[in-house]
Amino acid sequence: MRLLSWAYLAAAYVFVFLPVAVLVVFSFQDGRLPVPPFRGVTFEWYAKVLSDGKLMTALGNSLLVAVVSSTVALILGFLAAHALARVRLPGSALMRGVLIAPLTVSYLIIALGLLNLFTQTGVRLSLWTAGIGHVVINLPLCFAITYAAMGDHQRNAERAARDLGAPEWKVLLLISAPMLAAPLAAAFFLSVTFSWDEFIIAFLLTRFDVTLPVEIWSMLRSGLSPATNAVGSLVFLVSVTLVILLELLVFRRTK
Amino acid sequence: MTASVSIRSVSQRYGTALALNDVSLDIAAGEFVVLLGPSGCGKTTLLNLIGGFAEPTSGQILIGGRDMAGVAPKDRPTTTVFQDYALFPHMSLRDNVGFGLRMRGVPRADRAKKADAMLALVGLEGRGDRRPHELSGGQRQRVALARALAVEPDVLLLDEPLGALDLKLRRQMQDELKAIQRRVGTTFVHVTHDQEEAMAIADRIVVMNHGRIEDHGPPREVYLHPKTLFTAGFMGEVNRIPVSGGNAPFGPVPVADGILCIRPEAISPTGALRLGPCTVQDAAFFGSYVRAHVSPLTAPDLRLVVHLPQSQLVEEGRVLDLGAETHVVLSE
Amino acid sequence: MSLAARDRRLAWGLMAPALLWTAAFFVLPFLGMIALSFAHMEGRQVVQGFDTGNYARIFTDWTMLKALINSLEITAVVTVISVVLAYPLAAIIAFRVPARWQRLALLMAVLPFWTSYVVRSYSWPLVLGQNGVVNQTLLGLGLIAEPVQIASTRAATVVGFVHFFVMLLTLTIYANLIQLSPNYARAAQDLGASRWQTFVHVILPLTLPGVVTGAFLTFVLCIGDYITPQILGGNTELTLPQLIMLQLGRSGNFPLASALSVVLMAVVTLAYFASSRWLRLDRV
Repeated sequence: MRLLSWAYLAAAYVFVFLPVAVLVVFSFQDGRLPVPPFRGVTFEWYAKVLSDGKLMTALGNSLLVAVVSSTVALILGFLAAHALARVRLPGSALMRGVLIAPLTVSYLIIALGLLNLFTQTGVRLSLWTAGIGHVVINLPLCFAITYAAMGDHQRNAERAARDLGAPEWKVLLLISAPMLAAPLAAAFFLSVTFSWDEFIIAFLLTRFDVTLPVEIWSMLRSGLSPATNAVGSLVFLVSVTLVILLELLVFRRTK
Repeated sequence: MTASVSIRSVSQRYGTALALNDVSLDIAAGEFVVLLGPSGCGKTTLLNLIGGFAEPTSGQILIGGRDMAGVAPKDRPTTTVFQDYALFPHMSLRDNVGFGLRMRGVPRADRAKKADAMLALVGLEGRGDRRPHELSGGQRQRVALARALAVEPDVLLLDEPLGALDLKLRRQMQDELKAIQRRVGTTFVHVTHDQEEAMAIADRIVVMNHGRIEDHGPPREVYLHPKTLFTAGFMGEVNRIPVSGGNAPFGPVPVADGILCIRPEAISPTGALRLGPCTVQDAAFFGSYVRAHVSPLTAPDLRLVVHLPQSQLVEEGRVLDLGAETHVVLSE
Repeated sequence: MSLAARDRRLAWGLMAPALLWTAAFFVLPFLGMIALSFAHMEGRQVVQGFDTGNYARIFTDWTMLKALINSLEITAVVTVISVVLAYPLAAIIAFRVPARWQRLALLMAVLPFWTSYVVRSYSWPLVLGQNGVVNQTLLGLGLIAEPVQIASTRAATVVGFVHFFVMLLTLTIYANLIQLSPNYARAAQDLGASRWQTFVHVILPLTLPGVVTGAFLTFVLCIGDYITPQILGGNTELTLPQLIMLQLGRSGNFPLASALSVVLMAVVTLAYFASSRWLRLDRV
């Protein structure tokens, strides 16, 4: 039974890491195709990718959209969570439902709806429109995470601050936000990783300036190439760094 | 259904920490034993070893004369009432109480009957269809007790079962626990850090500290004649007066050397071991007695706690002639 | 103004930005999409109106109906396989791995979750293709005589999806298992339950809400995904999202794409009601 467990765990790790391992290994392929046999190590593809202006622009765009949209989503989500956790309004449950609802709707449908809205109102597609879409998908996430983290402890400290004469904005800035530093950071980093990786909304809602996943998508159309592996490996490296930073900085400290 | 428990030089090591240090204890069939001690003293570890949730690093545990080494919890003649009760929230009270019988393959109708009888035993007659979340803390505690007793264990293990209840309810549950134990006759091993609870229910109290058994005996014995200073202090408030060469700070006493231990309520005007005239430093009315700090005139630096009858006029500055009715002498 | 009234006004003020954003960029477009689904095309022009022709077409045109059926089949299979594979994985990490290594074990098990979705989908053909790692290894070992066709089949789509959702579900199920008091399992075993009985009668029912919530998320994300079937499934069979993208790209038929989206949404809503008894969306 014990042996079986470890075997299962090992098999799961192999399955989970197989595509990533293949991706990374063949990004060093000294040849034209990222499939076996492995012909030796070269950094040529990384050099090519890093000197590719279009890719690097797309990377910059992705980071910009991710950071800006996550910041907006975090602020809106935090304020709403603060309000809903504090006051029992007649329609509280409904409000929560509305704010969470986008979580249960496919990104494709959100993108299609926005595309239709922007076309009809004559808004030109750009990084901004993609960013609006990303706020829509990340707002429920930020709201849910911060709302779940607000407890009695939090509420009592806020009440004490108000009792001592702090105006509401100071309560938010000096008490609520610092007390929720860990969940706020978690929500922000999660939003960033989701946004900078998101494809369908960015694909449908951008036109000339595109984000990295969209650029990679167009690379895929020209067939398999170790260059795509190299980009993928770099993206993986960045995401994993973000996750590990989050783990080390946020979760370690709260324990 | 009852059995004796025999613990023979059991030690339990977690890494470098010694949770139990060569503990031996014999518990008679049908006895109500309370393991008493501060947190971290090893009492819960000992309970887990009896229940089979851990195996001792060394030593032997016998239940009904049978060696329990390698016997899983489900195969031991023990059941446990957990501190958080661990009632299954997705089952009715009847299904909770009948769970053990279900695992033993008892048909549905029979186990429902038995479960209802057990619920009646703990005073929850006719509530079988309720869910745990509908109950108060005290009621949940009773269900946990009924569930553990439904499989008719030889030994019932209780891990601080009253710890989550408020004081008044706790005192009431103590009495019920004791009555139920008398009725079913099962051996009860009960863990607590509350010495009043221990005295209220135990046939025998086992005082533990730092992974060792400090003392054991009936409540009266452990309270009045503790074998160690730790026991004396843990069982209740005590005045400790150092004695050397037959002399206490307030004068000669019929004791050679050691620590003279006197309980506050043992001090009265008529006590045989004379303290001499004492000045009252302060006094407070506690309902059934007056609690005061006094200092003998011959030793003004010595502060003794005394409990005097409420009828006695005790006020600050007054001088009373006091003596100790009972005392014990212990070594450091 | 009373204190309570002031509090309430303040709360509304704090909530307003999020609510307005959600209303403007989620609720409004969504309603617009429903309205558009009743419009129709004349040439390349959208004509507004109330025309149920798009829906009639979806349920009579075999290509469209088949796409819906494909999506449902793939999603159902993926959800079931993912739960069945993820549960033991989460349980092993929660109960077998020593406490101090658990976070690391979990982090490792879901690390590829954080790779780019597009890139992750792209890497599967490298593994499953004719010249891919799996085929080359099996050929090398002499287990097969010629490459097996896995890429560009439904099986490849399912493998790609399962890979992603096993990670997602492992996270949610682990979170559920770890918050259970260990005394539940101890109590069950103390009362005579075997390991298997403990699992069936106690652990599984107690984690059911978490499992259903995870399965529902899997369902939603899986049935609405375009990338995985597009890259892995090839063009052998269409799923609903692929069909929607085709309508947008080739013919610019927004009304039909909207109608297909409404159908997709309806399916998700049905799944929601089917599982709502156990869903805990506010505790994801």
